[in-house]
Amino acid sequence: MQAALDITHAPLLPDSFVRWFAQRGWTPRAHQLDLLAKARDGRSSLLIAPTGGGKTLAGFLPTLVELSERNAPPKKLQSTGRSVARSQGLHTLYISPLKALAVDIARNLETPVREMALPIRLETRTGDTPASKRMRQRRDPPDILLTTPEQLALLLATADAPYLFGTLKRVILDELHSLVTSKRGDLLSLGMARLFKLAPNLSTVGLSATVAEPDELCRYLVPQPLEGTAMADLVVAQAGAQPKITMLDTQARLPWAGHSARHALNEIYDLIKQHKTTLVFVNTRSQAEFLFQELWGVNDDNLAIALHHGSLDVAQRRKVEDAMTAGKLRAVVCTSSLDLGVDWGDVDLVVNVGAPKGSSRLMQRVGRSNHRWDEPSKAVLVPANRFEVLECRAAIDAVADNAQDTPPLRTGALDVLCQHVLGRACGEPFLSDELFAEVRAAAPYATLTRGDFDAAVDFVATGGYALKAYERFAKIRQGKDGKWRVTHPRVAQRYRMNIGTIVEADMLKVRLMRSRRGGAHIPRGGRMLGQVEEYFIEMLSVGDSFVFAGEVLKYEALVEDEVYVSRSSATDPKVPSYEGGKFPLSTYLAARVRGILADSDAWRALPAQVREWLEIQQWRSMLPPAGDLLVETFPRGEKFYLVCYPFEGRLAHQTLGMLLTRRLERAGAKPLGFVANEYALTVWGLGDLGVRITRGDLSLAELFGEDMLGDDLEEWLAESALMKRTFRSCAIIAGLIERRFPGEEKTRRQLTISTDLVYDVLRKHQPDHILLRAARADAATGLLDIKRLGEMLSRVKGRIVHKALDHVSPLAVPVMLEIGRETVYGEASDALLAEAADELIKEAMN
Amino acid sequence: MKIAMQSVAAGQGDIAVAGVALIADPAGALYWPEHGVLVVADLHLEKGSSYATRGQFLPPYDTAATLARLARLIAHYAPRSVIALGDSFHDGGGPARLQTGDRASLSALQRGRDWIWITGNHDPEPAENIGGTFHETLRLGVLTFRHLPTGAVNEVCGHLHPVARVSHRGRAVSRRCFAADATRMVMPAFGAFTGGLNVRDAAFADLFGTLAFTAHMLGEDRLYAFAAKRCLPDY
Repeated sequence: MQAALDITHAPLLPDSFVRWFAQRGWTPRAHQLDLLAKARDGRSSLLIAPTGGGKTLAGFLPTLVELSERNAPPKKLQSTGRSVARSQGLHTLYISPLKALAVDIARNLETPVREMALPIRLETRTGDTPASKRMRQRRDPPDILLTTPEQLALLLATADAPYLFGTLKRVILDELHSLVTSKRGDLLSLGMARLFKLAPNLSTVGLSATVAEPDELCRYLVPQPLEGTAMADLVVAQAGAQPKITMLDTQARLPWAGHSARHALNEIYDLIKQHKTTLVFVNTRSQAEFLFQELWGVNDDNLAIALHHGSLDVAQRRKVEDAMTAGKLRAVVCTSSLDLGVDWGDVDLVVNVGAPKGSSRLMQRVGRSNHRWDEPSKAVLVPANRFEVLECRAAIDAVADNAQDTPPLRTGALDVLCQHVLGRACGEPFLSDELFAEVRAAAPYATLTRGDFDAAVDFVATGGYALKAYERFAKIRQGKDGKWRVTHPRVAQRYRMNIGTIVEADMLKVRLMRSRRGGAHIPRGGRMLGQVEEYFIEMLSVGDSFVFAGEVLKYEALVEDEVYVSRSSATDPKVPSYEGGKFPLSTYLAARVRGILADSDAWRALPAQVREWLEIQQWRSMLPPAGDLLVETFPRGEKFYLVCYPFEGRLAHQTLGMLLTRRLERAGAKPLGFVANEYALTVWGLGDLGVRITRGDLSLAELFGEDMLGDDLEEWLAESALMKRTFRSCAIIAGLIERRFPGEEKTRRQLTISTDLVYDVLRKHQPDHILLRAARADAATGLLDIKRLGEMLSRVKGRIVHKALDHVSPLAVPVMLEIGRETVYGEASDALLAEAADELIKEAMN
Repeated sequence: MKIAMQSVAAGQGDIAVAGVALIADPAGALYWPEHGVLVVADLHLEKGSSYATRGQFLPPYDTAATLARLARLIAHYAPRSVIALGDSFHDGGGPARLQTGDRASLSALQRGRDWIWITGNHDPEPAENIGGTFHETLRLGVLTFRHLPTGAVNEVCGHLHPVARVSHRGRAVSRRCFAADATRMVMPAFGAFTGGLNVRDAAFADLFGTLAFTAHMLGEDRLYAFAAKRCLPDY
């Protein structure tokens, strides 16, 4: 070995690497050398770099250098019992949120390894890796293993883990900004905490796009001490050229509502024609399907335009990705399924159709074009309606200011902790005190209380109930040595089947039906087109048509977990109303939109149609002042409407609508329903709300009082379908109920316990149960977005402005147009039953 | 027209089977005033602990929840007899797993009245220490009470856990229900953890012969009657 001094002065990059860079005409970038220096000092680091900045290579460079300097590998050990000490073994673990990315990175790494003839074995491990290879990897690991968070959890839950990871020097976490925003990031943080225990010399490298709070990611990358915080070093790569983002200045009339962007179809097509390769991003899968259809409708030049979203069959997605890499496509219409991942060929334009939702999200999407970091990326925003024009304008300004609005680091979820505790017991028996200390080292769990930790262990052992009924059936039990271990190998087996934090809505396979030969019998099999949510099919009747996988299809039958469809010639298909990919408008961007509305000078940067719209609003009613909440009331038809403009996103507005209608009901205002969009909420009823407010019978301050998050919320949560769905996810992740698996669908659908019933019973008998608390924590930010609603209510306290109008105002038109388009929201299913029954009676009497 | 007339006639939960007027309670029970009999089907007591034996720790509160609902009905109707129409326990080991408190609640409910356990497919054998008497079928007046539907007329049975789904204004609502025509009835499952089978499942058409039966869906405080034809299948 060299002396310490020599190391300090040794060049960071060995000659062979310098030559290799030179052969390719490259010069090592400053951030690549920085990471090498950090690695040599044994420091963990976070690299923030734009796409195309050689980020991945930078992350791997320290490992490649270290492995190249290592002495020739020893003869392979034939028998590798756990006690055999090995100087080699697994050196670096690379973890990516997408398995396709892991595979792609492995392929890219093989080039330098081959060209420099480095003595390095690198392998991937994903759900697709054959069992025999996975088994072999545990006994005889490669130098570098590229994998996913779920696979890491699986590996940690085996008895081999100490042996396998004892030699580990480095973990590289790719797309860290994306990983940390979900429960997968929680699970990964717990796995990392374990790795730090197993491999004392471990350091980490995080690779991330620009985020609002890099310090939080720096904390995520290293074990947290009992007091204070520890952080990885931050390395920021030189920023690429400022992107050129413009808004499409459409010649067509801008729609008031809707998300189709049909008005700009020809203009989008022209953009595709004028560029080499275009990525067309939309926000939902249904929009992707719609736009893809429409584009082919005007595709007179027969350009190669493809479709890519998360519900399409994997094989079909791979085909599109390969064609893209090969430069065979002119455009891909895609959703967030392409936000991350594989390096595309020469994308020279990004078109973002619809609302950008957030500044950071937009920057990441725009970064998908032009991977040469020193040339500007080019993007065109296509707003689908007038409000989206404001949002696009706000986003363009935010990008120019380089303002980031990524969400803050999560507090670790309790259901994920439960899963991890069981996984730890499956791996190696543990002492409560030790595991508690280990878990607290994970940044998301740094503030975990001992009480919550013990509740999680209790949940895993016997369900965590106040009534101790299940001691006999315990899954893990404490031995005389105080260590918790699994009671039966079957428990570990089941754990492995149920691992992971992604709980999809139950999905059904969509198959193109083979022709029926004689009779009504449905021939099984047929080409698989992809998957749809069960609840979507639930809304269809046999014979209905819908757009999926770029085709108009007719729903023919449901056989077990497979939906059979045929091609249809229907011209007015129902479009799948997928929920996938509906991100709420970021708080930051919302504030900017409110700012634009309140500042008439800023309107000059808006298209004339939009300016005119706002001017009429000012004349007819008023614009919402920046920090205030504007409430308008007006009669229309036989009903009375109340519209408010919180700009807090559809989810928070739905929750607000739910609670407001309860309060109006109590105040005797007879509300009938409500509809929400990203910007506004309208509630209507039979009573004249405007008059009641003006007369002082109804106080807006009280109506929008923060106390609605007390009893009213409680009451609603008891029956809320959204809350029940949230609970179901927690129950599956924590392991209360098991996942469904393909093949056993039919029998299990009848056998599986309904989590709704469990929710009802648990809520009544043990309201502080750990799973209910986990579900509540999710509801704060998830489908109910209660936290954001709370912040809004607090913000507008004493700042509510009421305008009683005779007519609907221009600003209210978009949300009013949603009535009838969106399903009227409400959970009073009894009222619905009564109405349905009454209608029948009317029918009979007339 | 016929469908609708039935809906009107059904009113607030009076269902006539074999000409006998029965009160169908929206809680999912049947009361026969003439005999002072309260009938509940498919209690599936100790379903939670039954799952627990296989490592799925459902809340151990289902028996308490089910008995509490039953207690409210008994307090309201003060029946002379109670018939539990089979599958009263989720499995044969259920009675032995009863929590002390739940066992006491059950005894309290049985005090001062006849308690008839009809045997079901989940609990085919009479059990000890749970009071009451055991029968495979019970005839009372013109009606026969049994667990498994046989297709015979004038029969009140359980087992199928009927659930109906209707859709209105683009939203579907799914509820437990009584499935009945003039000659027979299938009762909804009463247990806290019991799921359901859609009335459009072939099992119901087989039993009723056609779809000419009515689903009386359980609402908060009344029943809602829909012709089976109008109910939606499980998509």
